[in-house]
Amino acid sequence: MLATIGLEVHVQLQTHSKIFSGAATAYGAEPNAQACAVDLGMPGTLPVMNAEAVRLAIRLGLALGSTIAPRSVFARKNYFYPDLPKGYQISQFEAPILIGGGVDIRVGDTEKRIALTRAHLEEDAGKSVHDAFHRDSGIDLNRAGTPLLEIVSEPVIESATEAVAYLKALHTLVRWLGVSDGNMQEGSFRCDANVSVRRPGESLGTRAEIKNVNSFRFVEKAIDYEIERQIRLIESGGKVVQETRLYDAQRDETRSMRGKESAHDYRYFPDPDLPPLVLDAALIAAERDALPELPDARRQRYQSALGLTAYDATQLTQDRALSEAFEAVIAASGAPAKLCANWVLSEWQGALNAANLSIEQSPLSAARLGGLVARVHDGSLSSKMAKQAFEAMFAGTESADDVIARLGLKQVSDSGALGAHVDAVISEHPAQVAQFRAGNEKLLAFFVGQIMKRTQGQANPAQVTVLLRERLQ
Amino acid sequence: MSLLSLLAALDDGSTSARAATENALDRAARHADLNALITIAADAARAAGDAADAERARGARGALLGVPFAHKDVFCTRDILSTAGSKMLANFVPPYSATIHDKLQAAGAVLIGKANMDEFAMGSSNEHSHFGAVRNPWDRSRVPGGSSGGSAALVAARVVPFATASDTGGSIRQPAALCGVTGIKPTYGRVSRYGMIAYASSLDQAGVIATSAHDAAIALNVIAGFDPRDPTSVDAPPIDIDGALAMSLAGLRIGRPRQWCGAGIDAGVANAIDAALAVYAAHGARIVDVDLPSSEHAIAAYYVIAPAEASSNLARFDGVRYGHRCANPKDLADLYTRSREEGFGHEVQKRILTGTYVLSAGYYDAYYHRALKVRRLIAEDFARVFNDVDVIAGPTSPSVAFKLGEKLADPVAMYLADINTVSVNLAGLPALSIPCGFSDGLPVGLQLCAPWWQESRLIGAAHAFQQVTDWHRAVPGGAA
Amino acid sequence: MSLQTSTLHHIAQLARLRIEPEHEAAMAAEMSAVLGLFEQLAKAPVDALEPLSHPGDPTLRLRADTVTELDARDDFERIAPSMMGGYYLVPKVIE
Ligand SMILES: [Mg+2]
Ligand SMILES: [Zn+2]
Repeated sequence: MLATIGLEVHVQLQTHSKIFSGAATAYGAEPNAQACAVDLGMPGTLPVMNAEAVRLAIRLGLALGSTIAPRSVFARKNYFYPDLPKGYQISQFEAPILIGGGVDIRVGDTEKRIALTRAHLEEDAGKSVHDAFHRDSGIDLNRAGTPLLEIVSEPVIESATEAVAYLKALHTLVRWLGVSDGNMQEGSFRCDANVSVRRPGESLGTRAEIKNVNSFRFVEKAIDYEIERQIRLIESGGKVVQETRLYDAQRDETRSMRGKESAHDYRYFPDPDLPPLVLDAALIAAERDALPELPDARRQRYQSALGLTAYDATQLTQDRALSEAFEAVIAASGAPAKLCANWVLSEWQGALNAANLSIEQSPLSAARLGGLVARVHDGSLSSKMAKQAFEAMFAGTESADDVIARLGLKQVSDSGALGAHVDAVISEHPAQVAQFRAGNEKLLAFFVGQIMKRTQGQANPAQVTVLLRERLQ
Repeated sequence: MSLLSLLAALDDGSTSARAATENALDRAARHADLNALITIAADAARAAGDAADAERARGARGALLGVPFAHKDVFCTRDILSTAGSKMLANFVPPYSATIHDKLQAAGAVLIGKANMDEFAMGSSNEHSHFGAVRNPWDRSRVPGGSSGGSAALVAARVVPFATASDTGGSIRQPAALCGVTGIKPTYGRVSRYGMIAYASSLDQAGVIATSAHDAAIALNVIAGFDPRDPTSVDAPPIDIDGALAMSLAGLRIGRPRQWCGAGIDAGVANAIDAALAVYAAHGARIVDVDLPSSEHAIAAYYVIAPAEASSNLARFDGVRYGHRCANPKDLADLYTRSREEGFGHEVQKRILTGTYVLSAGYYDAYYHRALKVRRLIAEDFARVFNDVDVIAGPTSPSVAFKLGEKLADPVAMYLADINTVSVNLAGLPALSIPCGFSDGLPVGLQLCAPWWQESRLIGAAHAFQQVTDWHRAVPGGAA
Repeated sequence: MSLQTSTLHHIAQLARLRIEPEHEAAMAAEMSAVLGLFEQLAKAPVDALEPLSHPGDPTLRLRADTVTELDARDDFERIAPSMMGGYYLVPKVIE
């Protein structure tokens, strides 16, 4: 059996104020403290469209290769629910702002383009709290009116793995462009999945919609569970019914959502308060000019121009701040990209992860890290010393050179100073010298070790090796 | 006292704002039987009157400083009950004000109360108010028209020199006609809709009712103007009142739509209209017959579009955040259905149901979508006619004020009475109604309509008529 | 045309209006009369026309993305039928 998946992603647009009102969108306010008269659907209040939400939608559309509709229309989706203050959601229906476009994904070695149907602007609803009150539900309308872009994929995704790859690529892109903070815990990036299965050669089967899954891991599990459930159902002679299902992460299963109105008739019609959104070419051109290099292009450049491995290039272009920090390390250090990538991906990212910090919150700047990588590159520091210096720098505010001076970490490469140690070690170990000269090459490491011990690790091992060979030959 | 003469008296000190306010409150009390006011804000009005006098003593001269007025109760007024004529909002004291209220406050006008109206502005007789029917000052057994019946009755009874009103399908012009006063519905977008409780958003437009075109223009210029809170507000230049007053009728081309004067017009109304147009002709205007062939579809288009928008606009009244909430709801569905059933009157329920029906799956194309196309047809009709004429004129209402209860039994007949006013709203045009005679002792209104933003032309044409006629000075028997 | 009772029920459910059984017939009859008016629409020559949903065919005006509304929950709470701890209360919603 083949699975077919279409995804609807609700991306919260990163604006200061709501899509149709001047109330703040900040997360975590007291209930209803960020719901103004417009958000509450007070009589006589009217929606006025936020320009930034339009700009962000255009920006994402350009990056996705979508057609930016020169004219799009806001429509009312009418239904009653306590978290929907006006009794309708302002959305776009027949004429969305973005049409088509796609997202490139890679699963293993295969590349695939996930085509998009459309993306439309709409307002978010509020939130219901079901367990805080005895016989009631509580309604918090702070989120009502938060700007959303709903991105709808074509039903071309064939596995949970592809679905997650698509979501991750989209997630990277919206954050990369500053379209959304992408915070999944706070609901800034939410996903509904339409899942159906069919036998090869048959047309699309009946789909079930899984609502509001808010982590990549759960999306994967929910889709896998749903595919399995539908296959079992069909193979045992049953029929999939078109319905909305909820993923229960605790039990790892999807469940039919009861209690929701069965027969929907949303009575969409053009919002009489909001004339059509007509975009002039200048606004679109300005967004196009301001578009940064996109993650895919940057990943390819890292491989072709900087010679990074596919793995490193992918890692570094997962996040724009990370990628920008990487480039700043190259600029500050003058060191090869590969060396910089290693430092950024292993040491720096490792330390940030351990401290549970984002790159933006890093106490260590890319410029300071660049100073350290420069000292590694010019041979002043052994890798062991460099790690020691890194730890001191990550915690503090000193430059690499200050840390090196304070901890006395400088590698001794001067052949005069090292020559004296080499001569001393040779004269102290005549037996080993004889064995080496007789062909026991392994003893070279022994001599290096002795010299490192005498210099408390500060000798440059490469330089020591050269001097030893000169004198022992 | 007219708005102009009151302003002159306030300016020369022969009266005070407090005295004008007391006078308005006194007349409101004496005409309590009209049931024209839902709320009387006597204490706030007196305080505002005193404040206006203090400002005037300091030399201030706001455009309406010290002038008493009433709001149609469709406008939200901070800390003052704002009901839209509905039980749903019988307890609604908004913590915000309509933009036009802010503008009137800034101009120094003194609010004496909130005028009765058909519930949610749905009606043409003011019989659909939770607070009871309003009576026509000319004949208390008759309706004042609607939905701005309270505003028209108050101005007709000379309780206030002007009142605000709103017009979705004739709700300013028709009651102005039936009460013998001047009412203007501006171009869609000229006056902010923010804080005006919505009936049908693409048709609703606020305006004023006064005793003359000149007075109406003064008040209209105060409430008009761009409002960033209204997505359909337009930054149009204010009405050129001086230009309008100087306008000559000589050469003015007045179109007389055949479809506005067809069957169904009372003979007395038709005679008054003919006489009024004869006055225009006598002063140099050219009267030409024109055609608005799509008028015959206007009622159908209007009664599809307006209820469709209303069904959605009134979905917010659900008993959750404000307004009427039923007692002891047993579950969410019960909260919704019972709060709405109890809170909305019959006519409102009927329009919500009609609007829901025309938008629902299977009917949208035949009704709603088609009505929007008819709307364009109607707008194009007007545009074509305005290539040849400056204004068009005809009866505002096919009949004079009818008896209370007379048309309640036949709602379709009531809807059909809106035939000459609704097409103007569908096209978004400015129009006004001025008193132009009597039939059976009841006032007749002449409707004038102009192209988009040509309110100056309307005011000019109406003012010129009022310079040579006295119909607008006629006062109902009990009013003086 | 005459409105079926079943259709009236469906519409009333969509609109969240309860109609007393004894009012149903009257409501259906009045609505049928109004719907009868709408037959006129079929006669209008509009097939070639674009729908006009906003008079004057305006375009959407955009506002700057600035926060202009401050917390006024106390004001709104005063007119709320049922509120607790800053939440609007409704009978428990079962999901
Ligand atoms: Mg969706
Ligand atoms: Zn959505």
